[in-house]
Amino acid sequence: VQESFGNQSFRMERKTIDLEQGWDYMQTGITKLKRILEGLPEPQFDSEQYMMLYTTIYNMCTQKPPHDYSQQLYDKYREAFEEYINSTVLPALKEKHDEYMLRELVKRWSNHKVMVRWLSRFFYYLDRYFIARRSLPPLNEVGLTCFRDRVYNELHSKVKDAVIALVDKEREGEQIDRALLKNVLDIYVEIGMGQMERYEVDFESFMLLDSASYYSRKASSWIQEDSCPDYMLKSEECLKKERERVAHYLHSSSEPKLVEKVQHELLVVYANQLLEKEHSGCRALLRDDKVDDLSRMYRLYHKIAKGLEPVANIFKQHVTAEGNALVQQAEDTATNQAANTASVQEQVLIRKVIELHDKYMVYVVECFQNHTLFHKALKEAFEIFCNKTVAGSSSAELLATFCDNILKKGGSEKLSDEAIEDTLEKVVKLLAYISDKDLFAEFYRKKLARRLLFDRSANDDHERSILTKLKQQCGGQFTSKMEGMVTDLTLARENQTSFEEYLGNNPAANPGIDLTVTVLTTGFWPSYKSFDINLPSEMVKCVEVFKGFYETKTKHRKLTWIYSLGTCHLNGKFDHKPIELVVSTYQAAVLLLFNTTDKLSYNDILTQLNLSHEDLVRLLHSLSCARYKILVKEPSTKTVSQTDSFEFNAKFTDRMRRIKIPLPPVDERKKVVEDVDKDRRYAIDAAIVRIMKSRKVLGHQQLVSECVEQLSRMFKPDIKAIKKRMEDLITRDYLERDKENANMFRYLA
Amino acid sequence: MRRSSAASKKKSDSITSSTTDLFRSGPSKATSKEMDRIDHLFNQYANTSSNLIDPEGIEELCSNLEVPHTDIRILMLAWKMKAEKQGYFTQEEWRRGLKALRADTLSKLKKALPELEKEVRRQSNFADFYAYAFRYCLTEEKQKSIDIETICQLLDIVMGSTFRAQVDYFVEYLKIQNDYKVINMDQWMGFYRFCNEISFPEMTEYNPELAWPLVLDSFVEWISEKQA
Repeated sequence: VQESFGNQSFRMERKTIDLEQGWDYMQTGITKLKRILEGLPEPQFDSEQYMMLYTTIYNMCTQKPPHDYSQQLYDKYREAFEEYINSTVLPALKEKHDEYMLRELVKRWSNHKVMVRWLSRFFYYLDRYFIARRSLPPLNEVGLTCFRDRVYNELHSKVKDAVIALVDKEREGEQIDRALLKNVLDIYVEIGMGQMERYEVDFESFMLLDSASYYSRKASSWIQEDSCPDYMLKSEECLKKERERVAHYLHSSSEPKLVEKVQHELLVVYANQLLEKEHSGCRALLRDDKVDDLSRMYRLYHKIAKGLEPVANIFKQHVTAEGNALVQQAEDTATNQAANTASVQEQVLIRKVIELHDKYMVYVVECFQNHTLFHKALKEAFEIFCNKTVAGSSSAELLATFCDNILKKGGSEKLSDEAIEDTLEKVVKLLAYISDKDLFAEFYRKKLARRLLFDRSANDDHERSILTKLKQQCGGQFTSKMEGMVTDLTLARENQTSFEEYLGNNPAANPGIDLTVTVLTTGFWPSYKSFDINLPSEMVKCVEVFKGFYETKTKHRKLTWIYSLGTCHLNGKFDHKPIELVVSTYQAAVLLLFNTTDKLSYNDILTQLNLSHEDLVRLLHSLSCARYKILVKEPSTKTVSQTDSFEFNAKFTDRMRRIKIPLPPVDERKKVVEDVDKDRRYAIDAAIVRIMKSRKVLGHQQLVSECVEQLSRMFKPDIKAIKKRMEDLITRDYLERDKENANMFRYLA
Repeated sequence: MRRSSAASKKKSDSITSSTTDLFRSGPSKATSKEMDRIDHLFNQYANTSSNLIDPEGIEELCSNLEVPHTDIRILMLAWKMKAEKQGYFTQEEWRRGLKALRADTLSKLKKALPELEKEVRRQSNFADFYAYAFRYCLTEEKQKSIDIETICQLLDIVMGSTFRAQVDYFVEYLKIQNDYKVINMDQWMGFYRFCNEISFPEMTEYNPELAWPLVLDSFVEWISEKQA
């Protein structure tokens, strides 16, 4: 029956196309397409052919029922693929193997895509209305699904095996066709139709397993045969190659997973054995300064979770051992030699520690890329050996002595200004590792006092510079007293000028001796023992005159004289020639006694001066048994005893016109340690009270740890010391133990 | 025969009448008779001039009770009386104690002692008694600590029967160490906790990082060194 549309006139009258008829026509097109795909001589579709095929479909879909054949055509579309696959494609694939199979697959897949493209163009009309209306998969998807279900599902496992075999072949050094593999793997990706699942499940998972076992085998033999550096080189190379592999033919998403597997097998599984290899492991590399190998080790383990920890640990142990060795060396040398050379050894030790620090800091920065783990390892290592005692001196004392040597005139270090600045900088850095910073401060202060008061400071700028550095590192409180001391000296000079003016204006007050007084602010300066020596009358007058002057300036302050720090210049009228003697005030007091009497016994001197035995022996020794014998001792034994007697040595002479008679200083160490211990008790008390006042109630362990934290900037308090102070505070009713819970304490207001 | 009993007896007659009023809760012949007897007993040991039972009186009491002078039960009696001053019992304290014990004669008092001991040794009471024992030995007004020798004796009396080993070791330690010349209340109570919480001589639970008094830390250390 012919249909004609009323008022429309078409050139071509649409005749109803019958399904079989229509399909036969389509088949010609499909067959032509297949011939093209098979590579048979067949011309391409021209536009008229294409139009005809397209229109056929169009008409068959737009005919009035029962001749609207959309559903049937949709099915036949799919069947076209199925038929072709079953008859031609699959057989072609199944008869091939390995690389040949892969090539065939790539070809067939490519063909299939072309087929889908063309056929879906012919059948396009279905895509426009039919599939949407019935919510069916579009033509493109139908086409791909056919390949997936009939070809891919059949073969993917075999394909995967072939691919992996080639990969392993490449790993063994053989050349393979990378482009082929890329094309094959692209199939896995594309067949997923937007999802990576097929690639991941059907290929990647197996590839990863295979890679893991490949590298596991390799690693187990390399770890036995190769040195650590060689193993690391191989590992680095393997990782590089695997990354290249991904770039060339694996999907990019495989990279992190593959790298992780390789790293695991090569570096994680055997980490311990590798690092601990006896002659070439981490320890040996550090020992032999193998910077490149260590850098490689860092690079390799940096990417592995917690991989660097064992390396950092070995680093820490190594540095600690080196440091301990230096300390031991100094200790051994000190016990084998006399006291004087021992102090030189201590200087050498500090120098060497500084060098050690410089050396390994370079490692931290360069080999280990400034990683915090290594900074921490270095710090902890230094904290261990920098707190050891050498020949009875604490590290705090050694460091203070070292500074003193650099800063004083005639110190053992002869360096340029720049070198001194640099050294001071490094010394202050070392201080960070020392836990008893307060002890250092006290020793430093004592030695600073000596330098300032006896004019032994080599360079004011350096003195100020180190105080600035200390302040930066340890805070203002650390250096406030020291700065006060330096300021005092400046003020003292001004004061002296006014004193001299005062004397000029009051000639009657003049004591007849040149007098210079340095007024020190108590609290800034270390405490000095000062006892009532009976001064010679000339000096008594000096003291009174100055007191008179000082009272004109201020009435609210008390002056306490510290004669032990004074210096006197005496003219010794010896037979041969007069010589000026530069002595301490005490020594002068002793010598001046001989102005009135020729000969004095030990006991005479003792009574007249009112000194302790210990001090008097020291004084007399310096004047009669040391290098310059100003007094003649009877009997002339090497040491002073209480039965000796002394006489002025008129026959004394020296080629110099002025000589300094040194009085060896009393050992400060014991007093410093005592003072610091006392300060610490107060500091701990204050910290405990401060914490409890703000918290009101606190558990014991928390109190202890907060206390330690608060005090850590200056020293590391002993837990026992804290407990002792707490007990004391309980007795003094600052704290009480909680009635219910014996581990809690309360603040008592 | 009590030396001043005749004189004291006279004195007590005049006091009793007014004081029994205080103690009588309600008109009860039994209570007042009881109180009379208690007072009567008091007077047998009290010193007339001070109206207190003084150390001598206590000694006699002990001998009559057939209890050693340094026995813990006397201390327990003092505790029951809430006696404030060591070596002395006031009349008030005496009354308080004996009334609580329901003992108005010497024989009743003697019989009450075992029961008293049981009462004191109950966990809920012993800590209080232990603390009391310390305070009881403080003789001066502002005194807060007790000398080592007294402490050693006190430990023996108070804890000797229940924690023999700990007491022996601790006493030995206290005698040879030099850090402490006196022991304060906190340290005293610490030892009690130690005996109750720490197994001896293993001392595995002991942790010096906890708030144990330092003297016990040193004590434990000393034992460990001895055992090594």
